Amino acid sequence: MGKYILKRLVDLLPTIFVVAIIVFVITRLIPGDPAAVMLGPQASVEDIQELRDDLGLNEPLHTQFLQYIGDLVQGDFGVSLTYNQPVISLIMDRFPNTLVLAFSALVIALLIGIPAGIISASKQNSVMDYTVMVISLIGVSIPIFWLGVMLVLYFSVNLGWFPATGMGTMDEGFITYIKHLVLPSITLATIPMATFARITRSSMLEVISQDYIKTARAKGLKEFFVIGKHAFKNALTPILTVLGMQVSALLGGAVLTETIFSWPGMGRLIVDAIDKRDFVVVQGTVLFIAIIFVLVNLLIDVLYKIVNPRVNYSSGKGGEGK
Amino acid sequence: MTSTQPSSMETREVKKKEINERSFIRKLLKNRIAAFGLFVTIFMTIIAIFAPLIATHAPNEMDITHSLLGAGVDGHFLGTDNYGRDLFSRIVYGARISLIVGVSAVLFGAVFGTFLGLIAGYFGGKLDSLIMRTMDGLFAFPFILLAITLMTVLGQGLVNVIIAIGVANIPGFARIVRGQVLSVKEEEFIEVTRSLGATHGRILFQHVLPNCLAPLIVYGTMSIAGAIISEAALSFLGLGVQPPTASWGSILKDGKDFLVLNPQMATFSGLAILITVLGINLFGDGLRDALDPKMKV
Repeated sequence: MGKYILKRLVDLLPTIFVVAIIVFVITRLIPGDPAAVMLGPQASVEDIQELRDDLGLNEPLHTQFLQYIGDLVQGDFGVSLTYNQPVISLIMDRFPNTLVLAFSALVIALLIGIPAGIISASKQNSVMDYTVMVISLIGVSIPIFWLGVMLVLYFSVNLGWFPATGMGTMDEGFITYIKHLVLPSITLATIPMATFARITRSSMLEVISQDYIKTARAKGLKEFFVIGKHAFKNALTPILTVLGMQVSALLGGAVLTETIFSWPGMGRLIVDAIDKRDFVVVQGTVLFIAIIFVLVNLLIDVLYKIVNPRVNYSSGKGGEGK
Repeated sequence: MTSTQPSSMETREVKKKEINERSFIRKLLKNRIAAFGLFVTIFMTIIAIFAPLIATHAPNEMDITHSLLGAGVDGHFLGTDNYGRDLFSRIVYGARISLIVGVSAVLFGAVFGTFLGLIAGYFGGKLDSLIMRTMDGLFAFPFILLAITLMTVLGQGLVNVIIAIGVANIPGFARIVRGQVLSVKEEEFIEVTRSLGATHGRILFQHVLPNCLAPLIVYGTMSIAGAIISEAALSFLGLGVQPPTASWGSILKDGKDFLVLNPQMATFSGLAILITVLGINLFGDGLRDALDPKMKV
C-alpha cells in the first residue's frame, strides 16, 4: 500500500505542475492587463506601469514563469498588496475555518444522504422512496447561495434561532460555536447530501437485484444485515467516486457560503480580494485550493483501493474510458 | 441490380434511424417527470423570448419614490426593488440572461471540449497525454472557482461570463468524448472506413462524432443547468453581467441586503433559478434514461 501511495503521489506532480501553469496562463496570457484590472478604470498609465513593474509583469514571459515556479516550490505564493502580508500566511489563517465548515458539511451530507439513499432503495417505489427522490432532486438543483439567504431569512431574521453571520469561537462557549456553524453547514451540505442520496439509491438498486443478495435473503438473514453488510459494502465504490467530485463542490461552494454568512475562510478571502482587486491573493488562494483538491482526490483513490483491492491503476491514469 | 442495392440499404438505414428516433421520443415523453421538465424548460424559454410582451414595466426604469414596494402595490405584481424597479419585469428579463449564458457557455465548452476529446482519444500517444493532463489540471479547480478566477481577469460583462463558464465546461466535455472515442475507434466499421482510404477528418467527424452524440446531449443538457447556476453565482458575487442589466443572481444579491424590508426580491429571484434548473435537470434525467441509461451523470 505504501508503494502504491508513493506512486500516486509521484503521479500527482505533473497534475500540480499543470495546475500551476494554468493559473500562470490565466493571469498572464489571456486578454486583459491584471495590473489595469487591479487598479480599476480610473488608474493612470503611470500607475499601471508601476504596478506592472512591482508584479514583474514587464519581464519576458519565460523569466516570469521561472520566477513564479521557483517561488511556488519554496512555498512563496506572493505578497498581498492590500494586506501587506505573504499570501501563504493569509491562507493559513483562514484554511482551518474553511476546513471546519467543509468537514461539518461533509459529515451532515454523508450521515443524511447515504441512509436516505439506502432506505429509498430498500423501499423502492414507496412513498418514502418518492419523497427522498423529490427532495434530493430539488437538493441538486437548488442554488446554495439562495438557500443560504432563505435560511438566514427564516431561522435568523424571523425565528432568531441562529446567528445570521460570523464564526463563533470556543471562548464564547461550545453552544455558541455550534450555533454559528449550523446554517452555513446545512447550506454547504445540501448539494453533496442530495447527490449522495441519489447515487446511493441507484447503486444499491443495482446491487440489490443481484443473485447473491437473493441468496442471502433466502438463507434467512435479517434484512438489516442483507442491506447493511452485503449490499452496502458492494455499493460503496460509486459512492466513493462521487465523494471525490463532492470535495470540489464543497470547496467551490465554500466561496458562496462563506460570502453569505461572512465566514472567515478562504472563500471569503478570495471574494474580499476580488473586491479589493488584490489579484495576487486570488491567484494564490485558487492555486492552493486546487492543490488541496488534487491531494484529497489522492486520498479518495487510496480509500478506493482499500474498498476494492482489485482496482489497478498501473495501466493508466484513473482508467477513464479504458 | 447492383445499382439499386445500395439505395435500398440506405432506405433501410434511414427507416431504422426514423424508428429509433420515434421510439426515443416516445420513451422520453412517456416518462412523465421528464415531460414535465421539458414543459418547464419550454415555458421558461418562452418567457425569455417574449419578455418584452410579458413584462409589465421596463426592467431598468427607476423610481426611487416607489422603492421596496410590497407585492401587488401600485400595479407592481411582485413589488419593486431598492431603486423602485418593477421586480416581476426584472425577473422576466433575467430569464434571458440565464438562458443565453446557459446555452452559449455550454456550446462554447462543448465545441472546444468535443474537439479536444476527439483528437485526444483518436490520435492517442503524446497528444492525448498533453490534452488530458491539461484537462486534469482544469478539473482540479472547483468549477465556480475557475469561473471566478477568469472573471477577475476578464472583467464583468455578458460575453466574459459566457467565456468564463464556457472554459470551465471544456474539461467535462473533453473527458466524456475521449472516453467514447476510445471505445468507438476500436469498432469494425471504423477499421473498414480507414481501409477504404477515408481521411482522419472524415473518420472523426462523420463516423466517430455521431457515435458520441448520445452522452454528449445528456451531459450538455445537464451542463446548461450548471451554467445557469454559475451565472447566477457570479452575478451574486458581483462578477457577472454589468448593472443595471437584470439577472437573477444580481437581483438576489441586492435582495440579500433588503431581506427584512423586502424579502420577495431574494425569494422570487432564487425561485426562478430553482424552477428553471429543476426543469432542465428533470428533462436531462429523462434524456439520460432514454438515450444512455448506463450513463451516471
